[in-house]
Amino acid sequence: MPLFARLYNFAHWLTQDRASAEDLVQETYMKALRGFSSFQQGTNFRAWMYRIMRNTFLTTQAGLKVSASLDSDDEAVEPTVPATPESVLLARMEQKMIQDTLEKLPVKFREIILLCDLEEMSYQEIGETLGIPMGTVMSRLSRARKAMRELLAARVQGASR
Amino acid sequence: MTCDLWLSKLDAYVDGACSQEELASLEVHFRTCSSCAAEALSRLQMKRMTQAAAARYYPSPEFRLRIERSIEPKRRPVWVFAWMPAVAVALVLLAVGLTLWAWHAAREQALAELVDLHVATLASANPVDVVSTDRHTVKPWFQGKLPFTFNLPDLQNSSFKLVGGRVMYFEHSPGAQLLFQIRNHQLSVFILQDRPDAIPLAMGATARDMAFNVETWSESGLRYVVISDASPADVHDLSDLIRGVR
Repeated sequence: MPLFARLYNFAHWLTQDRASAEDLVQETYMKALRGFSSFQQGTNFRAWMYRIMRNTFLTTQAGLKVSASLDSDDEAVEPTVPATPESVLLARMEQKMIQDTLEKLPVKFREIILLCDLEEMSYQEIGETLGIPMGTVMSRLSRARKAMRELLAARVQGASR
Repeated sequence: MTCDLWLSKLDAYVDGACSQEELASLEVHFRTCSSCAAEALSRLQMKRMTQAAAARYYPSPEFRLRIERSIEPKRRPVWVFAWMPAVAVALVLLAVGLTLWAWHAAREQALAELVDLHVATLASANPVDVVSTDRHTVKPWFQGKLPFTFNLPDLQNSSFKLVGGRVMYFEHSPGAQLLFQIRNHQLSVFILQDRPDAIPLAMGATARDMAFNVETWSESGLRYVVISDASPADVHDLSDLIRGVR
């Protein structure tokens, strides 16, 4: 099964629950099978699969809660805590801290960071997956990383007190 | 260009999405701005650490198996059920065809052997072992030579004349070959034991085999085959005479 392990990882990050992630993966494959005739040969299969998964997630109970915030890209996320020098931050960072921080990010930020950093998708692929233009991909990614840096900085500050 | 503008390009830089021109100008700037260079390095490290940390969840083998089963079984029955009737019909037709062909070939072979016996008898200098026109002489001659007995018709009021008889072997079993005559034609009447494993001879049917006329039937555990170059009517009349004997 193509992309199975990666899709499962992405599903778990979206749903933050093992059972829900399994349901989401299963439904994604079933929809992909049923709709395979709609997949245009020569286009990006990976982006197509992730788009199916994401759209399926947005129709779930948990997804509906976050879907309302997905279109609000014009609203800038202001930093809640002042940023600290990242070299200091990274030096004290641990993998668990990054994972906890990713979990705390809003879904629209978490997913774009995962698609870019973990899946190493190009901006164009991310745009196809999320159904947004490239300019929005870049601005959302920038704000997502900024939000992540701020959350990490807050954790580091909290831990040092 | 201020550092804020350079910093706005750092995401594209760490994601490898910069154009060649942007990449070159950024690297020139990094040589002169340690702050931006440090920030770029931090973000690269951050991307790598996120990549490592995000690969966190793995599907269980049971779940993988469940998904594979939920996908695959639906494909196979579609193929199987779609082609099963056609395959079944083809197999049945093939079996019936082979059976008919085998039956026809065996029957043709059996008749050909009897025709050969008839021709060989006519070509022989001593066509029969018992020479007599009297049925009461011919029939007793077969006693002790065959595992069965039969009756011969009274030919006094017919055009047929009994010539004689001999013991022959067909399909590894003894049988009687009786020779009759009508005008200038000779007719052989073969009387054989009817066994379950005997080769079928199209019982109850008349046929024309290699220019000879043939009529066959089965009665009281015996098989009768009449072969001659006489007309079909003559073959049929003799057959009726033999069938009428009680």
